[in-house]
Amino acid sequence: MLQEITPVMLPVYERPAALAGVHTHYCPGCTHGIAHRLVAEALDELGLREQTIMVAPVGCAVFAYQYFEMDGCEAAHGRAPAMATGIKRLLPDRTVLTYQGDGDLASIGIAELIHAAARGEPFTTIFVNNAIYGMTGGQMSPESLEGQRTSSTPGGRDVQRTGFPLKVCELIAGLEGTAYVVRRSLHDVASIRKAKKAIVTALKVQQAGAGFSLVELLSTCPTNWGLTPADALTWVEEHMLPQYPVGDYKVSAAALRAAAG
Amino acid sequence: MTRELLKGNVAIGEAAIRAGVQAYFGYPITPQTELLEYMAWRMADLGRVFLQAESEIAAINMVYGAACTGARVMTSSSSPGFSLMQEGLSYIAASDVPAVVVDMMRGGPGLGNILPSQGDYFQVTRSAGHGDYRPIVLAPASVQEAIDLTMLAFDLADRYRHVVILAADGQIGQMMEPAELPPMQPLTAAPPWALRGAQGRAPNRISSLYMHAESAEAANRRIQSRLSQIRQYEQRSLEYATEDAELLVTGYGTAGRIALSAVQAAREQGLKVGLLRPLTLFPFPEERLSVLADRVQACLVVEMNAGQMLDDVRLAVGGQIPVEFYGRMGGVVPMPDELLTVISRMYRRVAAPA
Ligand SMILES: Cc1ncc(C[n+]2csc(CCOP(=O)(O)OP(=O)(O)O)c2C)c(N)n1
Ligand code: SF4
Repeated sequence: MLQEITPVMLPVYERPAALAGVHTHYCPGCTHGIAHRLVAEALDELGLREQTIMVAPVGCAVFAYQYFEMDGCEAAHGRAPAMATGIKRLLPDRTVLTYQGDGDLASIGIAELIHAAARGEPFTTIFVNNAIYGMTGGQMSPESLEGQRTSSTPGGRDVQRTGFPLKVCELIAGLEGTAYVVRRSLHDVASIRKAKKAIVTALKVQQAGAGFSLVELLSTCPTNWGLTPADALTWVEEHMLPQYPVGDYKVSAAALRAAAG
Repeated sequence: MTRELLKGNVAIGEAAIRAGVQAYFGYPITPQTELLEYMAWRMADLGRVFLQAESEIAAINMVYGAACTGARVMTSSSSPGFSLMQEGLSYIAASDVPAVVVDMMRGGPGLGNILPSQGDYFQVTRSAGHGDYRPIVLAPASVQEAIDLTMLAFDLADRYRHVVILAADGQIGQMMEPAELPPMQPLTAAPPWALRGAQGRAPNRISSLYMHAESAEAANRRIQSRLSQIRQYEQRSLEYATEDAELLVTGYGTAGRIALSAVQAAREQGLKVGLLRPLTLFPFPEERLSVLADRVQACLVVEMNAGQMLDDVRLAVGGQIPVEFYGRMGGVVPMPDELLTVISRMYRRVAAPA
């Protein structure tokens, strides 16, 4: 007798509970999607989804509050750290995240970022640095590299006229209020794993109330860079990494203890 | 209840505390700084949140975040600082979260000076930020009224989930008067829409973003229907000697208060003059004004600016009667005698023609 065999399908890759079951509007190959997934996985691992409030930026991630299955809101351009300060001060036992692009964080919102960091506001900022203004169609951002062609630097970024790339981790690591300031990259699998670990650590640092935490993620914007998704990853490796070295810029003693715990 | 001698700025702070304000965010600027300083120690004593922000831009966005948690929250500033809050106010209004903002108006434009003014009337009543909305605007004329309207501000903000602005000229913040504070109210519970973590429920999401024209228009309609309810139910004003008045004087805040002295003096001289003093600048008390416009011969608008509420008065009376204006600018406060002269001249011209 022949027996019918029912194949058993075991899920090997699932949507994290902290990610909403909706389509995103990100371009193919954009690393915003990876960054979202890492944040969601980290929240799931620590069991934080139900007590987290996410503050979305103005930029391509403007809908982030809809892409996560948790409470969220959408800040004015650059003001996410101020909004997060208001939330965290009222709800100190909740986990509060801002998710911001480089125009949002390093240009229009640099004052709010620096002061939140200097005050040691115990929330976590996920800083997606793709060296360009994605949403508005590819203008120069403070993070654009020397010589980088953007729609507002058509001849390439001339640092004599437009200033030098603003290195956020290096800038805020010196502030006493910061507990955990690291830069990671999303250009290959090994880097992505490290980025995930850093996000988990940042959330632990926040839970311990150790101070301000920020994880910068070197990211791609294939659409506005005018590159294929694969070439965009190579561009991160070849051009961004030398300018923006990955590494731990600040891990305070309290952050170390939180990370170990 | 006892009356105590209170400075306006301090009275507003204590009234907010008694109304159950859970967080205050602000930035120093004269003539409202005493309010920030009062909150600094008083909120700390009560274990509530006080934070001196790095700017008014940050302060209003901290208010926005804190308001999203469902708590009663506020900020205060004066004209130049209030200008910096425009963007945040618009986001707050579009997101249907309640917030109370004090604008202790000073002389402008530009850096102007620190003297009392009503130069922000357009700014506070016309939208206080980009887009199609108007905040609720309350205008106290005494320390007692500043207390009462602060309490009302929090109630209205919660009831309509809307921005409420207490718009006072700097004089109200600086002067000391006997006044009575209400008893301490219990803190309000967080409403169901608040962001506090999606524990055992679907996520709450707060935003002012509507990508499609249809959904953006629907959001605008929601705001407009809220505003039409506010127009219907919340017009408030006070009157003096309007029953048989032939000339109606109208003004709010300190200008309205000085106008009252002038109107009383005019009455003593036998002139049939009355006063309408709006307590709400938005909604403007247009119903009452149009009723009065049917009875009087003319109307005089008195403001500490170049004529801003004047527009609302003209809209309300709809050309039924002549409307004239008297104002001082740049921090100059009109004197009762000065107004009395203006009133009696106008009275002779329009109400009792020779
Ligand atoms: C006050 C204000 N100024 C300008 C804009 C227009 N704007 C929208 S997104 C954006 C830049 C976003 O770039 P970035 O933060 O790098 O994020 P990305 O889109 O690259 O993810 C700008 C300038 C705005 N929405 N608000
Ligand atoms: S424009 Fe750039 S940053 Fe924005 S979604 Fe597309 S690829 Fe991503």
